[in-house]
Amino acid sequence: MENIVVIGGGVSGLEAAGQLARMGYSVTVAEKNEKTGGNVKNWYHLFPDRRDSKEVIDYLNKLASHPDIKILTGKEITEISSRNGKFDIKSSDGTVLEADAVIVATGFELFDSRRKEEYGYGIYDNVITSADLEKMFRSGGVRLVNGKLPEKVGFIHCVGSRDEKVGNYYCSKLCCVTAVKQAIEIKEKIPGAEIFCFYMDMRMGGPYYEELYREAQEKYGITFIRGKVSEISVNINGKLVTKAEDTLAGRPLRMELDMVVLMVGTEMPEGNIKLAERSLLKCSENRFFKPVDNHYGSNLSGKKGIFYAGCCVAQMNITESISHARAAVSEVVNYLKNR
Amino acid sequence: MKSNKFGFTLSEPRVIDYEANNRQIAEYIFDHEPTFRLCIECGACAATCTAGQFMTFSLRELNVLLKRGENDIPRQRIKNCMFCGKCILVCPRGVNTRGVIFHAREAFRKIEGNERF
Repeated sequence: MENIVVIGGGVSGLEAAGQLARMGYSVTVAEKNEKTGGNVKNWYHLFPDRRDSKEVIDYLNKLASHPDIKILTGKEITEISSRNGKFDIKSSDGTVLEADAVIVATGFELFDSRRKEEYGYGIYDNVITSADLEKMFRSGGVRLVNGKLPEKVGFIHCVGSRDEKVGNYYCSKLCCVTAVKQAIEIKEKIPGAEIFCFYMDMRMGGPYYEELYREAQEKYGITFIRGKVSEISVNINGKLVTKAEDTLAGRPLRMELDMVVLMVGTEMPEGNIKLAERSLLKCSENRFFKPVDNHYGSNLSGKKGIFYAGCCVAQMNITESISHARAAVSEVVNYLKNR
Repeated sequence: MKSNKFGFTLSEPRVIDYEANNRQIAEYIFDHEPTFRLCIECGACAATCTAGQFMTFSLRELNVLLKRGENDIPRQRIKNCMFCGKCILVCPRGVNTRGVIFHAREAFRKIEGNERF
C-alpha cells in the first residue's frame, strides 16, 4: 500500500489524512506538538456561528481514527528529501519516515505580541491576547488580574498584521471577525461592560461575518472606533490609558480601559522557514510557502510529490482549510496514479 | 487663561477625553432611535445631503462626535438639517437618519433645556 506522510496534525492535516485513508491509502501524520488539533484546539467558540471548537475537533478525531492512519505526536519535521521517487522525511529526533508522497500542512502560529512593545503585553497586567481571552472563556470567566470583572474593554485590531514595523505587510484575515465574536461574548458574560473595537478597516469578508458585525452594533451596543492605537500606558489607578486618533472625528482620542485584548495575527512558524530552506521549497515574500499558482495550483509545491494544504500557504478559515486539504488529496491521488 | 499680554494665547486641547465627556445626548438617541447604533460612518448621507452642499453639515461627522460626547459642534450645526430625508434613502445600514437628527434636537431641548431646538 502506498504511504503518504502528512506534516502537521491541525485541521488541514487531519482532514487530508482522513480523506486519503478513506480512499485506501496508508497515512502517517507527524505533529510537532503533544496533541493534534492545531490552533483550533486552543479556541473556545468559533466564528461566525459561535459553535464550540470541540465539535470540529471531534469531527477531525473521528475522521482520523482510521486503522490506516498512524499519528505521531511530538515529532517536528526538519527536512524532506527525495530519492528515486520516494521521500525521506527527517525529524528533529533523528528518525526518518519514508513516503510515496508528502502533504505539508504545517499551518500558522500566532504573532508574539511582545514584539509590539508599545501595547505593553507582558509588561502591564490586563493586556492580553485574543488567544488568552479564549482560554479565559474556556476556563469560565473573564477577570482582571485582581479578580474583578472588567467594566471597559478595548480590542486592538491588526496586532502583527498590516504592519511594516514588524515585517508583516499582509492581512491575517481571521482576526477582525474574531474580535467581533469575542466582543459579543464578553458583552454576554458581563452585560454592563462597555466594549470598544479599535480598527483600521473592518474586513468582514466571509459568510455571515457582516451579519455578526451588524449584530454586535445593533444588539450588543459594541462601539467601533476607526483608528490604530499608538500606545498604551498605565495610570496611577491601574487603568490602561489608550491613545488613538479617532480618524472619523479627525481628532486624537484618549480613553481609560480596564482590559485590552490584542488581536494577534498569523505568521509562518520559524521552524517551517527552516524546513523550506532545507527542503528547497519556495516561500513568498510573506514567508508562507509559495505554491506554483495562486489560482489553480495552490496545492502544488513545484516539487513533484510534495503538496500543500491549508494555512501554510495563506490565511484560511476552517471551512477553507478543509476544502484546501481535500483539494490536496485529489492532487496526491492524481500524482500517485500517473507517476 | 486668555491673556494676550505677550502676544500669544494658549490653545485648548483637541484630544477627545472619553472619560471626561458627557454622552447623555447620544444615550438619548440610542434609546429613542436604536438604528443610530448601526452607522458605519460611510458618509453616503453627507454626500447626498442638500444642506451639506451649501453649509458645513455632515451627519456622518455629527454621528461620530455625538457618540464620543463631543456635543459642541453638533449643537452648533444640527439645525442646518432641513429634514428632507434624502439621507434615509441612501443609507446602506438602514439608519433612520432623519429620526437621529430629530431625537438629537429633542435631546438638546430636553436634557440641556435649550429651547432653540
